Amino acid sequence: MNENNIVIETKDLTKRFGHFTAVDHITFNVHEGEIFGFLGANGAGKTTAMKMLCGLSKPTSGSGKVAGYDIGKQSELVKRNIGYMSQKFSLYEDLKVWENIRLFAGIYGMKDKDIAIKTEELLSRLGFESERNTLVKSLPLGWKQKLSFSVSIFHEPKIVFLDEPTGGVDPATRRQFWELIYQAADRGITVFVTTHYMDEAEYCNRVSIMVDGVIEALDSPVNLKKQFGVNGMEDVFYKLARKAKRGE
Amino acid sequence: MKQFLSFIRKEFYHISRDKRTILILLGMPIVQIVIFGFAITTEVKDVRVAVFDPSKDEVTQKIIEKLDANEYMNVVSVIDHPEDVESVFREGKADIAIVFNQHFSENFLHTGDASVQLITDGTDPNTATILTGYVTNILSSVQQEISGQSKASFSITPEVKLLYNPGMKGVYNFVPGVMGLILMLICAMMTSISIVREKETGTMEVLLVSPVKPIYIILAKAIPYLVLSAINLITILLLSVYVLGVPIAGSLTLLFAVSLLFILVSLALGLLISTITKTQVAAMLASGMVLMLPVIFFSGMIYPTENMPVVLQWISNIIPAKWYIICVKKIMIEGLDISFVLKEIGILSVMAITLVVISLKKFNDRLE
Repeated sequence: MNENNIVIETKDLTKRFGHFTAVDHITFNVHEGEIFGFLGANGAGKTTAMKMLCGLSKPTSGSGKVAGYDIGKQSELVKRNIGYMSQKFSLYEDLKVWENIRLFAGIYGMKDKDIAIKTEELLSRLGFESERNTLVKSLPLGWKQKLSFSVSIFHEPKIVFLDEPTGGVDPATRRQFWELIYQAADRGITVFVTTHYMDEAEYCNRVSIMVDGVIEALDSPVNLKKQFGVNGMEDVFYKLARKAKRGE
Repeated sequence: MKQFLSFIRKEFYHISRDKRTILILLGMPIVQIVIFGFAITTEVKDVRVAVFDPSKDEVTQKIIEKLDANEYMNVVSVIDHPEDVESVFREGKADIAIVFNQHFSENFLHTGDASVQLITDGTDPNTATILTGYVTNILSSVQQEISGQSKASFSITPEVKLLYNPGMKGVYNFVPGVMGLILMLICAMMTSISIVREKETGTMEVLLVSPVKPIYIILAKAIPYLVLSAINLITILLLSVYVLGVPIAGSLTLLFAVSLLFILVSLALGLLISTITKTQVAAMLASGMVLMLPVIFFSGMIYPTENMPVVLQWISNIIPAKWYIICVKKIMIEGLDISFVLKEIGILSVMAITLVVISLKKFNDRLE
C-alpha cells in the first residue's frame, strides 16, 4: 500500500433524487493498493455512491476523482481505468471461459497477442486449464466468482470495484476469493469492496460505514473496534446501523 | 472498432449457442409460407356438385355436362328426391346442389322463365359466394349458347379481368403479410428480449461500467438480428418464387431497400420495448401483444382495412407493418416503380426516425 498516492478522492459528494438525498456530502480518500471496505445497511446509499465513482451516475453536487480523473466530467477516462464486478454474476453463462476472457479484454482495448499470453497465465494460475472450452454456466458458483474477479482485473485497472462479490458463496470459497483479492492488492490494484459479511470487513485495510447517506465511521478495523469499545466488526456495525432512520 | 467487433462476435455466440431459438427463427418463415400457401387457401378446387334434375331434357343435360367438364367441378351425385338435398349436405357429400324445376327445357325455350335453384353451405360464406359465382357463370354461358342459336337477344355480358393476380391466388395476398410479420417478430421481439436478458442477468451493469459507448452495445445487439432477418427475407422470396410461383414483378433492389427501412423501424421498436420492460417475459408479452396482434389484424394482411370502422382505420395507420405490406404488394406483385411508393416510404421513414430518437433518448435516460 502506498499512502502517498491517492487514487480515489471525494469532497462533499452528494446525490439527490428529487427531495431524497441518497448520498449526503461524503468525503474520503482511498490509497493506492489499499483494500477499502465500503459498508452500510441496505438503503444506506452504498450503491448510489459506487455508481457515481464508476462514472455511471453524475453527482448532484460535490466532486470526486477516481484514478486521477474527474467523475463528473471525465467519466469515459474513469471507466477505462477501473474494473467492476457486481453482486450478480458478471460473466456470460452461454459463452465459454476463454470467450468471456477475450470479450472483456477486447472491450478494454487489449491487443490480441497480449490477450492470448495473459489468458494462458490466468488459466494456469487459477488451475482452470482444462476448463478453457467449458461453458461458464456449467462451472460451480465458487469457480465462477473467482473467474469473474480475475476477468474484472484482467486489463490491469488501477482500481477494482467489487459490489458484494461473495454473495451466496460458502466460507471456504470466500476465503480463497479473498486470497485473490490480496494478490491483486499486492500488485498495486486498489480494491474497493462492499460486503455484508463482517468477517470480510476484518480483512480490509480500512472500512467506512455509511448510515442514511452519510459516512459515520472510517478507520482500520482495529481502530474502529477500539473506538466503539467492542470485540468485533459485527458490533461496530450494529451500533452504527441502529441509528439509521430510513428503511430499505 | 475492435471493441465493437468483439461485441458483435459475442452476440453471434449467444444466438448460435441457443440452438432451439435459432431453429425457430430460421424455420418459422418456411413453416409460415407453407401453411399459408397450402393450408389456408381461399381458392376453390374440386367442387362436388349434386344435381336434382326431374325434367331430364336436352338443356339440363347440357348444363350438367358443362359443369362436369369444368376443371374445378365434379358432378358427384344425382339426387332423386328433392328432400334428399339436405341429407347430401348433412353427410358432407356435396359442396353445392343444383335443383332444376320440372319441364325446364320447355319453360326455357318458350315461356322464358325456367328457374334453377343453387344451394350451398352458408357456414362458410366466402366459399359459398365463390361457388355460386362459378355456377352462375356456367349457367349464363349455356344460356347464351342456346339463345344465340335461336334468336338474337340483347344482353350485356361483363367480362371481368383481374389485374396482377389473374389466377385469384391467395398466396399473392399473404406473402407480403408474412414478410411484415416475420421481420417484425425477429427484429422487435428478439432484440428486445436480448437486451432485457442482459438487464436480468446483471451483465448490462458490467457493460455500462466498461468504456464501451452504450450506443455500440445497442448497435451490436441489432446487427445479428439484421443479418438473420435478411436471411429470412431471402428465404421467403425464394420460397414464394419457386414453390408458390409468385413472381417478383418489380425491382428487387427497391424491395430490399424498403425492407431495410422496415427492419430499422422494427429494431427501434424492439429497443423501445427493452427500455420499458424489466424481464424477458414482459418483453416477450409486450412485443407479442403490442406488435404481433395489431400487425395481423390492422395491416390488411388477412382482413381488408377498408371494411373496418373509421376509428380502427385510424389505428391501422400507425401500424408500420401496414405501410410496409402495401409497399411490398405494389413493388413485388404490381411491379410499380419507386414513384408509386413514395408515400409509404415517406411514412416509414418518419416512423423510423421518430422511433429511433425516442428509444435512444429513453435508453440514455434510463442509464442515469
